[in-house]
Amino acid sequence: MKKRMSDNLIRRAAALIGAGLMAASLFAGTAETARAATHQFGYTYNLDYWGDVQNSPDLYTPCMVLTSADLGLEVKMNAPQGLTMVGDHLYVCDSGNNRILDLQLNGTGIPTVERIIEGVKGVEPATFSNPTDFAISEDGNIFIADQGNARILKTDPDFNFILQFDKPTDQALDPKLVFAPTKIVVDTAERVYCIAAGINKGLCKYEADGTFSGFIGATKVTFDFLDYIWKKFATQAQRAQMESFVPTEYDNIYMDHEGFIYACTGAVDREELRNDKADAVRKINLMGNDILVRNGEWGIYGDIHMGNAGGYEGPSYFSDVTVFDNDIFVCLDRNRGRLFGYDDQGHMVFAFGSNGNMDGYFRRPVAIEHYDHDLYVLDTLDCAITVFIPTKFGATVYRAIDEFDAGNYVTSGESWQEAIDMNGNYDLAYIGIGRSLLRQERYAEAMRYFEVKYDDENYSKAFKQFRKEWVESNIVIIVIVLLALFLIPLGIGRFRKIRHDIDTADIFIVEGSAANSSKEQ
Amino acid sequence: MADTLSVKLFNKQAWGKYGDSLKFAFYCMTHPLDGFWDLTHEKRGTIAAANTILIATIFMRLMKLRYTSFIFLTVYWEELNIFLYIASILFPLALWVLGNWGLTTLFDGKGKLSQIYMATCYGMLPYPVIQLPLTVFSNFVTVEEGQFYSVLSVISLIYCGLLIIAAMGQIHEYGAGKNLLFTVASLFAMLVIIFILMIFFSMISQGVMYFISLVREFLFRL
Repeated sequence: MKKRMSDNLIRRAAALIGAGLMAASLFAGTAETARAATHQFGYTYNLDYWGDVQNSPDLYTPCMVLTSADLGLEVKMNAPQGLTMVGDHLYVCDSGNNRILDLQLNGTGIPTVERIIEGVKGVEPATFSNPTDFAISEDGNIFIADQGNARILKTDPDFNFILQFDKPTDQALDPKLVFAPTKIVVDTAERVYCIAAGINKGLCKYEADGTFSGFIGATKVTFDFLDYIWKKFATQAQRAQMESFVPTEYDNIYMDHEGFIYACTGAVDREELRNDKADAVRKINLMGNDILVRNGEWGIYGDIHMGNAGGYEGPSYFSDVTVFDNDIFVCLDRNRGRLFGYDDQGHMVFAFGSNGNMDGYFRRPVAIEHYDHDLYVLDTLDCAITVFIPTKFGATVYRAIDEFDAGNYVTSGESWQEAIDMNGNYDLAYIGIGRSLLRQERYAEAMRYFEVKYDDENYSKAFKQFRKEWVESNIVIIVIVLLALFLIPLGIGRFRKIRHDIDTADIFIVEGSAANSSKEQ
Repeated sequence: MADTLSVKLFNKQAWGKYGDSLKFAFYCMTHPLDGFWDLTHEKRGTIAAANTILIATIFMRLMKLRYTSFIFLTVYWEELNIFLYIASILFPLALWVLGNWGLTTLFDGKGKLSQIYMATCYGMLPYPVIQLPLTVFSNFVTVEEGQFYSVLSVISLIYCGLLIIAAMGQIHEYGAGKNLLFTVASLFAMLVIIFILMIFFSMISQGVMYFISLVREFLFRL
């Protein structure tokens, strides 16, 4: 009833995106407009209740694009894969050069290269081979996914070897499979969770002492009943051609400040996403269950309009995810070069970006990290890190969300009002004001804001209180009206009965008149 | 002319008959078997009352869009076509009446086309009667209490359906089994009519296109 997606809509959205791309190519021609590139129509958007694309002012603007030259590297970066932010240090896995760069952030200035890590001490081989991810535990120990050497290394802060994690000792695994860890995260107890190429049973979990302790968080296996029947009739060769019903592998993981693992995958089917049969992002708890809140009107899978436009088709391919301290998480779409931000309830906060060669555009973004609310996006083809900082609008939105979380509902509402002044099509702002009014117990006003943006849950909360207040303040009138409704008909009935009794009472019937009437008949 | 119109308008007897037949619709609603029998056999129903109920139903359906709380019904006004929306009642109704009449005349149905129309419209009465208070009610409930709304809303439709089925049985003088059989058959007849209509329209458009291209070709060669 509520969710409605017509072809017309998709066409409109596709036309819009197409127009945006055309405008982009026009602007690209002139050098002086290149800087203003990100402010063009359609770079940032959001979805409204109906799933219509609503253009939005930018929430982020590229502050700088860090190339090898900007960083002053003698050897240029080559196919970098991983990005890890620890404190104000940004670690870049320069996979093609078998090294890891340790960058120290300098506010909005260009980061300085602190160290270039080429290898570790105390183990053979001491050098890396295609390192793809990097992690540091709370104790300062360092973990490196050394993909080419089929191991995960654990070292002390000075890169002295402590232990290594090998291929999971699981009977079900193909013995010929070479262990190729791609992404790792480490929890507070130094347990390691890793994604390895070719292992689709979920995340490999290792205890702190290096023993493998099982797989967690495998994606649900879904299959079509029709497909299942087809398979029954298919020959061996045909069956091999068909897709097998196996869980999809994750593409990347991130551990948030509470220790939950956000895992994303790009290997998802358009129809399965739309029917909630597949997830592009999951929030995995210790039990391996998905606890991501999906209260938004639309699914958490990036673009919901997947028309073929500008040479791109299919759903968004989430190659990485990062989570702010306010539980907003940002997913990176490798397909169309976009960043999608969602809040803790699963509502889309922003969507921006595109593929291209200008600042703020990508060719093949693979990793994303954040520092406070700044975003760092690593592009593996450009070998560059794009740094995005929030604009005034973005900062206002974050302030509103943070103030609300801190319990300052009045200031939160004011910030949301500022956001509306900058973008009247921003649904979250209306609902935000409504929630702030709800907390201030101004129910009637809150209801109006919720109704404008069709937030039925919050509207009901406000309405319930409003109704309660109304009944309490008008209880006298209500009782009088109810009593009147009962007593008046009762009284009328009684009155009629008495009148009827009087009219038909024997003593009033006079002999003569009775005789008269009988004569007339 | 004006004279006859005013006579018609102020004909107390006609209005009285109309009022009675409209009131009788409520009797049919609560006593379907008895009511629908008398509807045709005792001539208690009028086409005027049937039209009124139909208009009330359409009007209620339109009002529902606007006045139901957004909790239960959100309307994408940009794409709403009011005429298509009205047709979404009238078209199936016409198909049903035609399909039912077409079949039942062949199988001893006693109802005339006008009677089938009248009885079907009388059967739609629960929709406006239940939906009107329900629409008002929807504005006084929260999501958690929404079950009442959904259930009552569904009941109004099922009630209509049952009434229409009962009505058909009575006006055609069918037994229960035969009535159900012809209800299903009428639904198939509706599908057949749609199919024929589609063929008809595509044939017509092809035919028209043929002559258009013929003229184009002709003009091109001139």
